[in-house]
Amino acid sequence: MDRIPILRMGQFLLVTIQVDLYDRLALDLESDLVRTVSQTGANGILIDISAVSIVDSFMGRIIGNIGTVSKLLDAETVVVGMQPAVAITLVELGLPLKGVYTALNVDKGIELLKSKTSLNGLNEGPNPDNFAADN
Amino acid sequence: MATDISKIFKKKQNAIIDRWIKNQLSEPGLRDDLISNEDQRSDSEQLVASLLAALTDKNLDNGDADDFDHVNEILSGISLSRARQGFTPRETGFFVMSLKDTLLEIAQQEVKDPVEMAWITTRLGKLFDVFSIITFETFIKGREEVILRQTDEITEISTPVIRIWEGILVLPIIGTLDSARTQVVMESLLTEIVASGSSVAILDISGVPTVDSLVAQHLLKTVSATRLMGADCIISGMRPEIAQTIVHLGIDLSGIVTKASLANALLYAFGTLRLEVRKSLPSIKN
Repeated sequence: MDRIPILRMGQFLLVTIQVDLYDRLALDLESDLVRTVSQTGANGILIDISAVSIVDSFMGRIIGNIGTVSKLLDAETVVVGMQPAVAITLVELGLPLKGVYTALNVDKGIELLKSKTSLNGLNEGPNPDNFAADN
Repeated sequence: MATDISKIFKKKQNAIIDRWIKNQLSEPGLRDDLISNEDQRSDSEQLVASLLAALTDKNLDNGDADDFDHVNEILSGISLSRARQGFTPRETGFFVMSLKDTLLEIAQQEVKDPVEMAWITTRLGKLFDVFSIITFETFIKGREEVILRQTDEITEISTPVIRIWEGILVLPIIGTLDSARTQVVMESLLTEIVASGSSVAILDISGVPTVDSLVAQHLLKTVSATRLMGADCIISGMRPEIAQTIVHLGIDLSGIVTKASLANALLYAFGTLRLEVRKSLPSIKN
């Protein structure tokens, strides 16, 4: 039985999906991830889907679910490395992946997670919208 | 029927060509800027030679007959090339019609009997009607090819993705957005985001004349897809009328960052990338 490995990296969890997800695998990943989050108390999940070339509505929903559920467990989810074709497909399917942050690559994803989690700790963080207003 | 008119024409081939060329040259609308006299002459000679070779006394009034296949090919070729060179339909039409006049003039010199002459006129008229139709069909086809090619070129040149700064892409959209174009726009933008690793994309719509609900939906799709890729998308250059239309249509753009001008959008992008533009301090001159 295939399983997608979940790596622990400091306070974040790292998941790299190297194969095309089929339904069973995606469901397992969802439950594994949620369990790991609650066990480790991680406050960020980074999912790298750069090797995924095919998505369907089910896959889109699973990713959305992971985001919503981990939000309940106080962990932010960042999806990184989405292929253009995958992005277009998700938009055409009407799945904008609410509750999930996206980033271009793992580097930017980690940066985003760090800024999001530190914002949560501070409660009153700087509002990014103020940058333009200042000028 | 006493006179075999096709034989007369064959005998007089050179006279026909000379007279036809003279007729064409005397036409006030002659486009010697588009085609040289030599080319005009070689076109004419080719057509007359092939027409007279195919012409018999029997097929004189039947332009659809198989005998004329070669003539029709030449006619189509001439008319296609003229459509591409920018001749007007009138000029192309005159080219063919004037051959009929020339043939009639020649026939008139040879055939003295008015009844027979009338009969020849009718039959030649029928023949050239078919030729004219073929000429126009191919002329319009040639024009359509030109239009199609231009449409393709416009779609290609009108969706450039510009890397305006390290990490910032600008996509100026000019002209109406339809589904096919949105697809091209979206694909080229997303591919460029991956290739350049940019985190901000600015969609400048100051060149979009009208926005209806469909266009707005296409814009929204592009923005969502950009977000899924992990980049921010800003829409800039929305004209006041368009903003009004969008509100009247009840389209919700509240989740999207919109800026009045490309300059403002760029400034905002600098802000999200934590870049700053400032005047350099005046250098102290002694």
